[in-house]
Amino acid sequence: MARVLVLFAHPALEKSRVNRRLLKALPKLPGLTFHDLYEQYPSFHINVAYEQALLTSHDTIIVQHPLYWYSVPPLLKQWMDLVLEHGWAYGLRGEALRGKQIFLVTTVGGPASSYTHEGFQKHTLRDFLLPIEQTTRLCRMHYLPPYVIYGTHRLNEDDLVREAVAYRRLLEWVHNHQLPFDGSATQSYATMNEAMAALAPEVMV
Amino acid sequence: MNGSLLFQAFIYLAAAVIAVPIAKRLGLGSVLGYLLAGVVIGPFMLGFVGQEGEDVMHFAEFGVVMMLFVVGLELEPSLLWRLRQPILGLGGLQVLVTSLVFAGLGMAFGLAWQEAVAIGMTLSLSSTAIVLQSLAERGLLKTEGGQSAFAVLLFQDIAVIPMLALFPLLAAGGSAAAEHHDDGHASTTLIASLPPWAQTLAVIGAVAAIIVFGRFLVRPALSAIAQTRLRELFTAAALLLVIGIALLMSAVGLSPALGTFLAGVVLANSEYRHELESDIDPFKGLLLGLFFIAVGASIDFGLLFAQPLLIAGLVVAIIAIKFAILFGLARSFRLSLDQSALVAFSLPQVGEFAFVLFSFARQEGVLTAALTDPLVAAVALSMALTPLLLVINERFVQPRFGTRAAEARPADAIDEENAVLIVGFGSFGATVGRLLKANNIRTTVLDIDSDRVDLLRKLGLKVYYGDASRHDLLASAGADHAKILVIALDTPEKTMNLVHTAQKHFPHLTIYARAFDWNDAQDLVRAGVDHVYRESVDTALRMGAEVMQTMGFRAYQARRATQTFLHHDEQSMHELVAHRDDQAAYLTTARRRIADLEQLLLADLADADLDRDAGWDPDSLREEIRQQAGLSA
Repeated sequence: MARVLVLFAHPALEKSRVNRRLLKALPKLPGLTFHDLYEQYPSFHINVAYEQALLTSHDTIIVQHPLYWYSVPPLLKQWMDLVLEHGWAYGLRGEALRGKQIFLVTTVGGPASSYTHEGFQKHTLRDFLLPIEQTTRLCRMHYLPPYVIYGTHRLNEDDLVREAVAYRRLLEWVHNHQLPFDGSATQSYATMNEAMAALAPEVMV
Repeated sequence: MNGSLLFQAFIYLAAAVIAVPIAKRLGLGSVLGYLLAGVVIGPFMLGFVGQEGEDVMHFAEFGVVMMLFVVGLELEPSLLWRLRQPILGLGGLQVLVTSLVFAGLGMAFGLAWQEAVAIGMTLSLSSTAIVLQSLAERGLLKTEGGQSAFAVLLFQDIAVIPMLALFPLLAAGGSAAAEHHDDGHASTTLIASLPPWAQTLAVIGAVAAIIVFGRFLVRPALSAIAQTRLRELFTAAALLLVIGIALLMSAVGLSPALGTFLAGVVLANSEYRHELESDIDPFKGLLLGLFFIAVGASIDFGLLFAQPLLIAGLVVAIIAIKFAILFGLARSFRLSLDQSALVAFSLPQVGEFAFVLFSFARQEGVLTAALTDPLVAAVALSMALTPLLLVINERFVQPRFGTRAAEARPADAIDEENAVLIVGFGSFGATVGRLLKANNIRTTVLDIDSDRVDLLRKLGLKVYYGDASRHDLLASAGADHAKILVIALDTPEKTMNLVHTAQKHFPHLTIYARAFDWNDAQDLVRAGVDHVYRESVDTALRMGAEVMQTMGFRAYQARRATQTFLHHDEQSMHELVAHRDDQAAYLTTARRRIADLEQLLLADLADADLDRDAGWDPDSLREEIRQQAGLSA
């Protein structure tokens, strides 16, 4: 069973429609840890030692966040700056995160069709989040394709319910389905959503 | 008895040191402790002190003079000016009405009108010493009732002067003013031989002298003395100032207490106010204590046992009549019920001036010893009863106002159950409350300042009046259904009391407590309070950060440093709490502070990691890259 850490970063959860529903759907599972960064560090004063211990004690890291200006919220950047220390996460002796799997769970306002080379945004979401991808690579982690909820502005109540259920299934799948969850099979898909649909159709409704 | 000074001092001090802590423990206040100590060592019980009691009392009355100086220091002229209406109106009417009522009663009992008027005027006075000390000890001096009581006392102090002037005229012989009086209150006038217009001029001159002298001479003088950096010299100067003014006022026939009060007011704005206050304070305290002991020792139990009914009747009648007049006047001056009760419960005794006035009246031949002796006993007893009356007011009368007000608006209890109770709405509690209100969190407020309660109620807040450490009041404020108790009281003792009450009766409440320093923050943590906020920490850190900035640190660096330091500081506190053994409780507060500070500084040294943020520090990375490239460091 994979020990899963959900690192959550949302500066205004009270204004959020989608992420709030996703959080409500979080399953209570042994070995699944939910960690709300903005709740823990409202003044951006991150307890580095605590965060490092948390990373060390989990196998799969899920970073859940809304997309703002094609990037992550600022506290997540601060967290990367301070927690991923040289000599611990990277560098000659930086081995602490080696082999851990990591993927983003990103909520995006625009529709999926715009995040293509031909579309309005001119790049894929994975392109936009390349700095994160490369960071995890420098930390010797396995970067998996992101789980993306596109078009959040257009989601109606039924969509929200469906997204929440799907998110719960994802977490259960990651937590249970394969022991440990082997991400390498997902690598050939553009998003975790597609990977899940192809690899584990039985968990999808 | 052994008359040696040291033996006397030993007896008085021992009595005080034993009796006062016991009285305080029992919640009776220090004044009653001193009085009881006086009774015990007095001629009618142990007999350690005897006839000299009266001399001691005259000496100790200087404590009253000092007390008024200190009171004056705390009273800025503008505040005094605002009090002019209660002083002249409430105070004037109280003296006038009470004098007339007692004089009328005396005449009804067959006294000559001269005797009746003398007694009436004397009985209209109250005890400045006992009342101010008791009110200050209970923190009631700043309330509206406390201010009114103070205003009345101030007027009485002024009224003594014409009374002393009037007594000789009341005497059957109506002859010369007394020159043979040495109590320092009046009458030892150097100017008695002057014509009246010159006397008036001398009095005005003396008052003007105090104001001018205080304003233009005392400050530079004190500044010069302060620059010598000899602490005892400053104390000497403070004493010199008080004694000098007392002498000057006696010389022109004014009350020394009034003179020093005036000097205090003049100096209230000066930068040396706090130094003067803290220098005079111990002398004031000791002399007042001595004074109260002397009052206790002077109670004539022989006479009391000889005529118990007469004395008891006198005491009850005096207190009841004065109480009724005070309460009525306070109400007619638009004081609320509870504040009127405070005024009436504070002032119904007869004051220490009565001893002076009665003995003066006897010397002048206005009154006979047969008349004054029972009255003096009644006066002393009425003084001794004052602290008890205040305890009754505090325990049984004031609580009724709080709950009655709550009962009068039962809808409160139904229409909303506020999850947050805030106890104490001073600047600290008010800031918390305003923040919560601005963010639509409904709160219930408990406060003991009736003015503030009225204001907040007018603004539509749900406010309860009363002492929150009473669990029934907490219950009526909705503590059963609340989730959070915010304690923002202004002393550690009150805070701890409330914590105990809440933990005992409402264990479901999460307590957020304001603390003052390390000491009581630790006490609160040990008492099981999880959320403890030392009131000065955040402000001090913010100031420290700005000092760092001025010293060249970048703003964000300074901010990070304070965040890290705060974290470290909180951690140190919890570690200290765990390590501190119970023996520390026996250390004095000051010793504990030093010991704590030592621990803290050691912890700061040990935690060398206070400047971390290594993720932004490329040193180790640069070193690694240079090594790989074969460059030397």
